[in-house]
Amino acid sequence: MPSAIPRRARRRGPRRFTRRDLLVTGVLLGLPILLDLAVIWGPTLASVGLSFTSWDGIGDIEWVGGRNYHDLFTDYPPFWPAARNNLLWLAFLGLIATPFGLLLAVLLDRGVRFSRFYQSTLYMPVVLSLAIVGFIAQLILSRDQGALNAVLARDNPVDWLGDPDLNIWMILLAAGWRHTGYVMILYLAGLKSVDPSLKEAAAIDGAGARQTFFRVVLPTLRPVNVIVGVITVIEALRAFDIVYAVNQGRNGLELLSVLVTDNIIGEAARIGFGSAIAVVLLVVSLGFIVAYLVQEMRQGKVPGGDRETRRGKVPGKAQEKGEEERR
Amino acid sequence: MAQSSFSGSAGQYSGIGDAGHRMSRRTLLRATALGTGAVALPALLTACGSGPGGDSVTLGSNASDPVPKKAFADAFDAYEKTSKKKVKVNTVDHNSFQQNINRYLKGSPDDVFMWFAGYRMQFFAKKGLLTDISDLWPEFQGFSKALKDQSTGEDGKQYFVPYYYYPWAVFYRKSVFQQHGYEVPKTFDQYTALARRMRKDGLVPIAFGDKDGWPAMGTFDYLDMRANGYEFHLSLMRGKESWTDPRVKRVFDLWRGILPYHQQGANGRTWQEAAQSLARKQAGMTVLGLPHPGQQFTAADRADLDFFPFPEIDSRYGQEAVEAPVDGFLLAKKAKNKKGAKDLLKYLATPDAEERYLKSDPNNVAVNDRASTASYNALQKKAADLVSGARQISQFMDRDTRPDFAQTVMIPSIQRFINDPDDIDGLLKSIESQKKTLFAAE
Repeated sequence: MPSAIPRRARRRGPRRFTRRDLLVTGVLLGLPILLDLAVIWGPTLASVGLSFTSWDGIGDIEWVGGRNYHDLFTDYPPFWPAARNNLLWLAFLGLIATPFGLLLAVLLDRGVRFSRFYQSTLYMPVVLSLAIVGFIAQLILSRDQGALNAVLARDNPVDWLGDPDLNIWMILLAAGWRHTGYVMILYLAGLKSVDPSLKEAAAIDGAGARQTFFRVVLPTLRPVNVIVGVITVIEALRAFDIVYAVNQGRNGLELLSVLVTDNIIGEAARIGFGSAIAVVLLVVSLGFIVAYLVQEMRQGKVPGGDRETRRGKVPGKAQEKGEEERR
Repeated sequence: MAQSSFSGSAGQYSGIGDAGHRMSRRTLLRATALGTGAVALPALLTACGSGPGGDSVTLGSNASDPVPKKAFADAFDAYEKTSKKKVKVNTVDHNSFQQNINRYLKGSPDDVFMWFAGYRMQFFAKKGLLTDISDLWPEFQGFSKALKDQSTGEDGKQYFVPYYYYPWAVFYRKSVFQQHGYEVPKTFDQYTALARRMRKDGLVPIAFGDKDGWPAMGTFDYLDMRANGYEFHLSLMRGKESWTDPRVKRVFDLWRGILPYHQQGANGRTWQEAAQSLARKQAGMTVLGLPHPGQQFTAADRADLDFFPFPEIDSRYGQEAVEAPVDGFLLAKKAKNKKGAKDLLKYLATPDAEERYLKSDPNNVAVNDRASTASYNALQKKAADLVSGARQISQFMDRDTRPDFAQTVMIPSIQRFINDPDDIDGLLKSIESQKKTLFAAE
């Protein structure tokens, strides 16, 4: 009998979980995994599968091999404009709207006058859905009844939203208006948490304002940079609502997401063909996801160094350290 | 069990705080489980909701706008009163209803549902999603042969009960024509000359908006039917003619000829805005359907609105074809109460049912010859005359051809033509090769 207790304890030691705990964990982990399989992986693989078939949603599913892809690349005029527009969105948001948001954040962080006012004004569009932004854009830019043409009062009004060479830029401007505010608020939060002593140290070492920013402040903002990068890519690839609100994503505003909708939803019901477009969008997205994951994993492998800089950024700890040194 | 007694004693040692902590974790788990249930429950409930309806007939309605919705309710009320049966109407937003029609018919559709005549109906008949009502048709009275054709599937059986239609035509303001002394053009040359004159008088000759993609289809349909006849137009729509045919090229050439007289920047303008420029006397004419321009006019101005049939291009075809989309009712294959549904359809085919509807919605015209026209306004009377005198009735491009062809090929193609009217050959080649892919699937 005396030996029974330690044995039991030994046995329980490494196990640590009772059957009930295992059951609860199993259910709690299993459900999300099942949901993940059913809601994410299932439809994804189904789309890939359907993209090799012809199906109108009613009749039989017929295997057509790569024909949908062949038609898509050679015989579907809106496809290439849509792909180009998606990349244009990415380039515009990534190279213009995002840096502009950073600039605004830096200016506000420096403490200009009425900074609260600017902050809320610039952030306000973020609470609007892009569809609403689309409606606002129409109120301003409509050729006959828009506010802008009323102000310009030209004899030959500019067709801001109807001219296929022009409307994409107007839409990007409207989307950028919202994106800039979003990026600004993220960077503003990041900048507030940058340890001022870092800047001080840089100044003492004789760094100029520009050097301090690019060599010291920006690198410490790395986590924010990553989030902003991810958001920018997502926004550019999932763009849909604003162009759909303006003209159903036609006539110069084509996007891959719109083409997927046009073909699958609605009476058209070219489900196989629409799936092929969706797969193209998936492949493009995967490119970015893989690049991001590879970078993250590489970062995770580097021991010590990176983690220390991360820890150094936490203001509370840094202050403690500073206080200790002073003591 | 061992675990709980152990933790109980631990709780005695470490005080209430720890026990409380444990409890909160459990309650959290329980709440999570409950929450999952709460999410799943409504879905289960709705799945159970649609049981058989007994003596009542269910009716799927796409009449989500207030005016038609009330007008339909009036007609169904009248049926309920005379037959002592119930009609359960499920109204869905007009566009959503159309977009979900495939899933709707494959899932659990209502017994009777609203839809459109022509190819758009035949498509579903061919897929076996409709019940044929050929047994009812011999009893129907007051429908023309053209209407019967539009209600007939490719197998020669009738599936459709037509209810009302609205013709497309060239709309104008009487006062504007009087003021400038314009005359209604009979031929295409007169039409072009009138447009030229209007421009000289400082008007936009033809108001034009195609942002939504479909309004310009009306102009194409009329140009094609006037230049090449109804038969050619229909077989072009059915994919049986080549789009690179010189006859199609001629249609676009004619269109290019008058395009300069159309309002510029059409791809950025809604048809509502186009109709408003007609209402404001900035534009002289516009090609639209009967319900469209009137909505944009003030009540006082509405009497000033008038129309003329689209002018003649080839004397062989004259002005005999009229584009007049017909709306009506279909009986689903999966209907649960087919007997009741057929009884309702019989009523809906009577003049009385149509009169009751049109009393509340004066933007359409009854299809039944025997329906009283006493309550019609001048425009409705004229529209009724136009369609009853028509030799052939076309539906509209998006109802006369495959929906995928209209939606994913023709809308972008016509918009491309409006942007760049000079590259007709390239455009037609592109339409033809896409058409082959789509129609090959049949």
